[in-house]
Amino acid sequence: MNTLVTPHTYSRLARLSDYLWHHPKQVLIAMLVLPVLWLGVVYLGSLATLLIQSFFSIDEFSGLIKHEWTLKTYQELFVPANLDIILRTVLMAALVTIASAILAFPIAYYATRYAKGVWKALFYIGIMLPLWSSYLVKIYAWKLILAREGILNWLFTSLHLDGLLNVYLALPVVGGSSLSVSYTGTFLVFVYVWLPFMILPLQAALERVPSSLLEASADLGASAWQTFRHVLLPLALPGLIAGSIFTFSLTLGDYIIPQIIGSSRLFIGQAVYMQQGTAGNIPLAAAFSVVPIVIMGIYLWLAKRAGAFNAL
Amino acid sequence: MTTPTAVLFEQVSRHFDQVKAVDGVNLSIQEGEFFAMLGPSGSGKTTCLRLIAGFEQPSAGHIEIFGERVEGVPPYRRQVNTVFQDYALFPHLNILDNVAYGLMIRGMDKKARHQAAENALALVELKGFSRRKPAQLSGGQRQRVALARALVNQPKVLLLDEPLGALDLKLREQMQEELKALQKQLGITFVFVTHDQGEALSMADRIAVFNQGKIIQVDTPQALYRHPNSPFVANFVGSSNVLSPIFMQSLGLPVRWASLRPEDIQVVQTGGYSATLLSRSYMGSANRVQLILNDQPLQALVPHHIPLPADHSSVQIAWQPSNLHLMESA
Repeated sequence: MNTLVTPHTYSRLARLSDYLWHHPKQVLIAMLVLPVLWLGVVYLGSLATLLIQSFFSIDEFSGLIKHEWTLKTYQELFVPANLDIILRTVLMAALVTIASAILAFPIAYYATRYAKGVWKALFYIGIMLPLWSSYLVKIYAWKLILAREGILNWLFTSLHLDGLLNVYLALPVVGGSSLSVSYTGTFLVFVYVWLPFMILPLQAALERVPSSLLEASADLGASAWQTFRHVLLPLALPGLIAGSIFTFSLTLGDYIIPQIIGSSRLFIGQAVYMQQGTAGNIPLAAAFSVVPIVIMGIYLWLAKRAGAFNAL
Repeated sequence: MTTPTAVLFEQVSRHFDQVKAVDGVNLSIQEGEFFAMLGPSGSGKTTCLRLIAGFEQPSAGHIEIFGERVEGVPPYRRQVNTVFQDYALFPHLNILDNVAYGLMIRGMDKKARHQAAENALALVELKGFSRRKPAQLSGGQRQRVALARALVNQPKVLLLDEPLGALDLKLREQMQEELKALQKQLGITFVFVTHDQGEALSMADRIAVFNQGKIIQVDTPQALYRHPNSPFVANFVGSSNVLSPIFMQSLGLPVRWASLRPEDIQVVQTGGYSATLLSRSYMGSANRVQLILNDQPLQALVPHHIPLPADHSSVQIAWQPSNLHLMESA
């Protein structure tokens, strides 16, 4: 006799899959247990510990941590020397983000609208390739490029433009004895290292803008600039924001690049590294670590208020 | 006084590498006309529309819009607006700002352009939707917004690229009526691209039939249907029996290609040609009947009240000589 239902095979595996089919909730729980534990306990838990540490203080005489609730450590952040570090880092992060956005837009736009087949593959490889090599190797490579004996200096000299470079290096703040020990050097390397993190989300956002929208804008009388301003930019904004979260927060937290390339003045990451290491001031290190979190919170809140996520 | 020419194509070609998307097209569209470009996909009709809009530039020939040569004129400098196939509404703007976009670009102040946009939305019966986003509207409503967004700029020519393609049948029929009424009311030249011959026949004042980058025939719907100039037009516009010269000779008729519409074949009691009835399908108001006469398969549309013999038996058929249309070539 024919039956509609296939006969049960009573193997263990078959019974298990029958059970799971009947209990979708259990499946969901089984799938989520590990990631939730990881995210909740290891990730958020350690973040909470960090936060708590920042509300303790250090005893100046013994150097031991006093486990009493206090805002004293946060007050220390506002000492001119520490405030300098915070402002320097935030300004650098902002400039790196803006420069990355300006560089990334034409690249992402080209990849979206014009690159086809092999060129698109080359685009992805070109963007991703620098991410595959070691971070330290790249930074030391840049140190060689930017050094006084480096290729960039040689290039300027052979083009008889070394005067120009020297004039630039003589400028206050951005200059220095060579590019590798100037803020300009730090800035260039930051932009180089984080640029892929801006290009990729931006390209993903642009990919979702159908070309008919750009044609419609032109059809309704908009010049290329007006189309960029009123259609392309608002629709790319979620991608720009996503990219800027990467470039901004990665710059805020990095301590290796300014350590190797730049003037000896500290950035937040270096301050954290020093306070928890040499100085042994864990509460102050924790308070410094909270700064990027607060800044990112404010940044996202401002972006939301400005309507950056309206196109989502 | 003759009406001025809205759009003029003189020997216009558009080549994409080796592909001749548009190949030596001559065309003249009158002001105030509802003009349809009809053809199968890839026949060049949409490229012609894009040439008028300015999204494409001709590889050869020249184009005039209201007497002005427009080669090299970018889309944003043409007094032509387009209703896109996918509507292309800006997802980040609400309906009112979508419709007011063209006026905003022209620098009209906010109050005036919102008033004009409200009026345009009223014209397409979408009052009260101003604050919504495009994603919150149905396909038919989005289509109306796209129409309002184009019309609010008072274009000299309105281009419509298969605007009804994405709508279901009922809505499509309703929009056909509304578009036609709107065009009459506004008096703007409409250029309408479609692959649906029924849509072209019911809406247009004149139709250009495209095939393989060329225009095969330009005529009124009636003339196109009654006097197709080629088997392609006969088959594409409505269905037709294309009769070969050999078949014509076997009946003692002029040895030429000819077209005979299925509804023009009558089933008679006596005095017709003796054909064999192969099969029938019931269509409600009529039966679609497959016949064979002197080895030539024929299709006839027979009103439901005419009695038919059984399948595979003989049936007498006839037609009015005036309904048999001789054509130039195959």
